[in-house]
Amino acid sequence: MSDPILKLEGVFTNIAQYHILQGVELTVPRGEVTMLLGRNGVGKTTTLRTIIGHWRAHQGSVTFDGQDITKLPTPAIARAGIGFVPEDMGIFADLTVEENMILAAVSGAIDEARLQWLFTVFPALETFWKKDAGTLSGGQKQMLSIARAMIEERALYLIDEPTKGLAPAIITTMARAIKELKDQGASILLVEQNFAVAKALGDSANVMDDGRMAWSGQMSELTQDAELQERLMGLSMEAH
Amino acid sequence: MSAAPKHAPTMAQMSLAERVAPYAPILLVVGLVIAGFVAIPATSSWLTLTVSGLAMGMMIFIMASGLTLVFGLMDVINFGHGAFVSVGAFVGVSFLLLLEHMTGAPNLLWNLTALMVTIVGAMAATGLMGYAFERVIVKPVYGHHLKQILVTMGGLIVVEQLIIVLWGPEEIYITRPEALKGAITFAGAALEKYRLVAVGIGLVVFLAMRYTLRRTKIGLIVRAGVENGEMVQALGYNLRMVFIGVFVAGSALAGLGGVLWGLYQEVITAHMGNQTMILVFIVVIIGGLGSVEGCFIGALMVGLLQNYVAFLEPKAALISNIALMVAILMWRPMGMIPVVKAK
Repeated sequence: MSDPILKLEGVFTNIAQYHILQGVELTVPRGEVTMLLGRNGVGKTTTLRTIIGHWRAHQGSVTFDGQDITKLPTPAIARAGIGFVPEDMGIFADLTVEENMILAAVSGAIDEARLQWLFTVFPALETFWKKDAGTLSGGQKQMLSIARAMIEERALYLIDEPTKGLAPAIITTMARAIKELKDQGASILLVEQNFAVAKALGDSANVMDDGRMAWSGQMSELTQDAELQERLMGLSMEAH
Repeated sequence: MSAAPKHAPTMAQMSLAERVAPYAPILLVVGLVIAGFVAIPATSSWLTLTVSGLAMGMMIFIMASGLTLVFGLMDVINFGHGAFVSVGAFVGVSFLLLLEHMTGAPNLLWNLTALMVTIVGAMAATGLMGYAFERVIVKPVYGHHLKQILVTMGGLIVVEQLIIVLWGPEEIYITRPEALKGAITFAGAALEKYRLVAVGIGLVVFLAMRYTLRRTKIGLIVRAGVENGEMVQALGYNLRMVFIGVFVAGSALAGLGGVLWGLYQEVITAHMGNQTMILVFIVVIIGGLGSVEGCFIGALMVGLLQNYVAFLEPKAALISNIALMVAILMWRPMGMIPVVKAK
């Protein structure tokens, strides 16, 4: 296996008096979709926020593309080539869709060809280009959030529950967008509660429990082993 | 058979009330001006008071605009903001004294040139002071509101005492440039020339800020940072650097406000900045934290209301702005144009 794009070794993260991550080990291979799974409150979001630098790892290391980014500030981590789609979407409601996208083009002007490609993936963005992002529906906001991360090529995308609370048709759109991103050679670390989506997109899977990595392996292994699913997550994917 | 629903994405139809809501704050200003017209018996008095109120509002806006962005962007409560107003006024006076030969000449061009040099000098001084203030006083207390209040108030006291050391403890009386003295008569009303100039400068500052915030990338970063600073950083922008820039610009604007306020009152003291902070905080709160437009509208309302009420019922002028704040917050608890969400 080639060098992984991202590696977490023994990462501990505390938020106030709470010890959320307790020695997380995680490897994200290049050019793959790596699923981060687990029940609510086990530390998936904290793991992503620690990687992007919103919360600091108190112990352990985060290595991205061979560079130790554990102590780097968030802007430096992002500019190193990591795109982030947070669970709350993080769109700027008082800015228009266009302004959100202009802001996301950190290195300069928007690449017109890439924008046109994004319009084919998320047609609603073109329709509402001049509208305030705050007036969009939940699904459209999620599309904007992902499109914003995709407007510039990044080596790694951290995407936190992109299908949460969305209608099935929009979930399909999201899954297609993530697949297209992968086809372009990007690496993706995806937190997802929708197991059908996880099954369809994931190459490898990591299951968290109580702030630690409880299991890591190929997604196919997990999907084929109902007993393993039951043991790790308290439910079977077959039910989904 | 009913027609098939459209599957293309559409925007929900907004009601009339929803469409009017964004314009409600500016309509309040218009309503206040009309109410003043109805309540004040003589049209000439109303016109004089309106110009005076607008001038006062513009000056408060200039002082408050930096403060609202500083709070919105980095959640910093700067009780020392008044120090920049005082320093701006004192540096301005020093420039005016140096340029006395220009301000005393009955020549509009010379007078305005002297005023511009004074403004630039005061803004440069307070901008530099803002940089030092942020690095030394504010930086160590990011994220700690109580400490911010204590430390910035302490900074304000230190600066006030330094002003007394440098310029002396006495009040300093200012003479306006020759061409800006007196009034012009319009529709039977006496309109002070200086107040008209102050309205003009306030409008220029507002339009420049609006252009910067709406039409430039740095403006987008500031607006987005006020709304969700964490996400702006995750996109790759160093918000701390942007904040320092905004702090410096806000301090320079407070310095400009100090020059204008000093010339308006024609007397300055080391405590003048501190004294104006009550009005400045009222404007920031009713405008909506982090909102430049809200700050502008709030400042105009405060200026107009204070002038109208002082004319109609002088004793009520003292409480009129507090009453305005209470009324606005009962209507919109986050201010007229809220930008910063509850944290």
